Amino acid sequence: MIRAGKIKPWLYIAPVVVLLSFFLIYPSVKTVILSFYGSNSQEFVGVKNYVFAFTNSTMVTAFRNNALWVFFFTGLTVTFGLILAVLLDRVPYESVAKSVIFLPMAISMVGASVIWKFVYAWQPPGFPQIGLLNRVVTFLGGSPIAWLIEKPWNNFFIIFVGVWIWTGFCMVVLSAAYKNIPRQLMESARVDGANEWQIFWRITFPLMRPTIAVVATTMIVFVLKIFDFVYVMTNGNYNTEVIANRMYKEMFKFQHFGRASTLAMVLLILIVPVMIINIRRFRRQRAIR
Amino acid sequence: MLKKSLSVLLIGVLLIGGLFAISFAQEKKVSIAVTWSGEELQAFKKTIKIFEEETGIDVTVESVGRDIATVLVTRVEGGNPPDVAAIPNPGQMEEFVKKDALVSLDESIVESHPEAFVDLASVDGDIYGIFLSADLKSLVWYNPKEFEKHDYEVPETWGELTDLSDQIVADGGTPWCIGLESGPASGWPGTDWIEDIMLRTAGPDMYDAWVNHDIEWTDAVVHRAWEKFGSIVKDRDYVFGGPTGALTINFGDSVAGLFTDPPRCYMHRQATFIQSFIKDQNPDLVAGEDYDVFVLPSIDKEHGNPLLGAGDLVSAFNDTPAAHSLMEFLASAEAQEVWVKELGKLAVNTKVSSDAYPDPITAKTAKILSEAEIFRFDGSDLMPSAVGSGTFWTGIMDYVSGEDLEKVLKDIERSADEAY
Repeated sequence: MIRAGKIKPWLYIAPVVVLLSFFLIYPSVKTVILSFYGSNSQEFVGVKNYVFAFTNSTMVTAFRNNALWVFFFTGLTVTFGLILAVLLDRVPYESVAKSVIFLPMAISMVGASVIWKFVYAWQPPGFPQIGLLNRVVTFLGGSPIAWLIEKPWNNFFIIFVGVWIWTGFCMVVLSAAYKNIPRQLMESARVDGANEWQIFWRITFPLMRPTIAVVATTMIVFVLKIFDFVYVMTNGNYNTEVIANRMYKEMFKFQHFGRASTLAMVLLILIVPVMIINIRRFRRQRAIR
Repeated sequence: MLKKSLSVLLIGVLLIGGLFAISFAQEKKVSIAVTWSGEELQAFKKTIKIFEEETGIDVTVESVGRDIATVLVTRVEGGNPPDVAAIPNPGQMEEFVKKDALVSLDESIVESHPEAFVDLASVDGDIYGIFLSADLKSLVWYNPKEFEKHDYEVPETWGELTDLSDQIVADGGTPWCIGLESGPASGWPGTDWIEDIMLRTAGPDMYDAWVNHDIEWTDAVVHRAWEKFGSIVKDRDYVFGGPTGALTINFGDSVAGLFTDPPRCYMHRQATFIQSFIKDQNPDLVAGEDYDVFVLPSIDKEHGNPLLGAGDLVSAFNDTPAAHSLMEFLASAEAQEVWVKELGKLAVNTKVSSDAYPDPITAKTAKILSEAEIFRFDGSDLMPSAVGSGTFWTGIMDYVSGEDLEKVLKDIERSADEAY
């Protein structure tokens, strides 16, 4: 009896353990090992790849840009998502408006990048502009702007494409949280004389905070690995490089497996703290319940 | 008893027959992965058809696009490479040889190929690939009718080229169309410019030293070549759309500027392959009448007029008889005649007759290539990919977008230092 009790739990979790070690633990360990080896994984090079990752001038730019992405992409998607979730709740055409804002989610990221590359297209002054944005600019009397080339603003124009897609996602999740807040709370606040601004900051926002945190951390984890937009629109030229695009180049263009693994590790190390924060919050919430 | 042995016999016959069928099927099948699409793919399939009819071997042609290196790396790692594949450049081929992924070939296959091309496809004396065709890069495309209209003459020296450019500007035109945009490969058209200028200002020996990284990127001769390129591409009057135009206009669209009314530009430096783009964009144009080529003039007299080029390299990944016979076929004059007839490419096999070329321009460039005293392979294709299709490409984009030349060259040098 005792023996069975000792073995049984292991048997139950065995499939999961096997799957996890095969698909998660083994590749991670292998990546760690490879990150200390050279381009063809033959000779041991110590921390050379890590030195490259943190000192190479393109990598420094990539770190800066990843920081820009984390800050502005997350900030804007969550803020816009929140504003839309709260405001659209009060209008009669809510479902139509939400559908339209959610629509870009249906477009693949590569597709969206191609679309926006056309929107940002540039032709020399005096020639017909094929890009929507420059068409508007020249119509208003300005001269065409090379949106994807002008540093450092080009980063923000690429980030905007990401925001365009992902705001809908944030809006939908936050809207669900908003609708879960008991209406009586707001009504009684109104009876007590609170204005809408006070209601938002004193009632709505605190009650939505756990959901906002989850959405924000999801966005951060997503955006740290950002790749598609940059790869398609500029491929990292004009100081728009990001870590994941560089990882792709090292892996498939330059066939430097060591550096590619190192960059994968760097991304992993950057993402782990965010994940830990997320998991801790889940636990705390469970404890409260 | 009889029944039993009969059934054993039957099963045995079936098994052996099955095995034969399998081995037979394997022998009669070969797969090839290529970069080509559109017109080039059609031409290649036409070439392959002859092989299929002659040998009865079934060929699966798989077009994987410009990112073929990615696909091949993944499939080699996964132990599932195609039997034969087009390899983007000799540098990449060498990387596969280092990984022990390629099959070495018999010397007899490349019997009638020029020495220079056999060497390019060899590593340590063993042949690992064959050239299906070559492109000539040191060409300037122009519109003879527009030249005639303005009394412009084809320049024979760099001085004449500069004078012509200034004349065009004085007449209110723009001399050059340059397009550097090429998606994830943006910048490569600029590397061709630098290489052509390097050959003309530093000479072939210096060029080799530069490609092999025996001289540094910050060396004065390299610096001078970049500045020479910059004096054209960064001049708002010389290039359609100025530097921003060069950065944003796609390399394939750029050439169309020669044929607009009024022309957006008068000259376009690009390899032989651009003819297929011209025909695609303006099907009514007649080669030799509406568009023509001249060789990019020499800059420093002592270095003459060396030619820059590239080629379509094919290697075998699997050591099967079918793969070998396909390689043999692709190296032959028979295959190359069909292949070049369809496209503006130049055959590598010297037995291909000049009648094989579809138009006067291709015949002209084939003649230029065969008469070349000095021919050099595209340097960026020979450099380690971290430089040749990495920092060299991005360096071009950085330089044209206004970054300081010293810093650009130092960045490339740093990556070259690590990559060689």
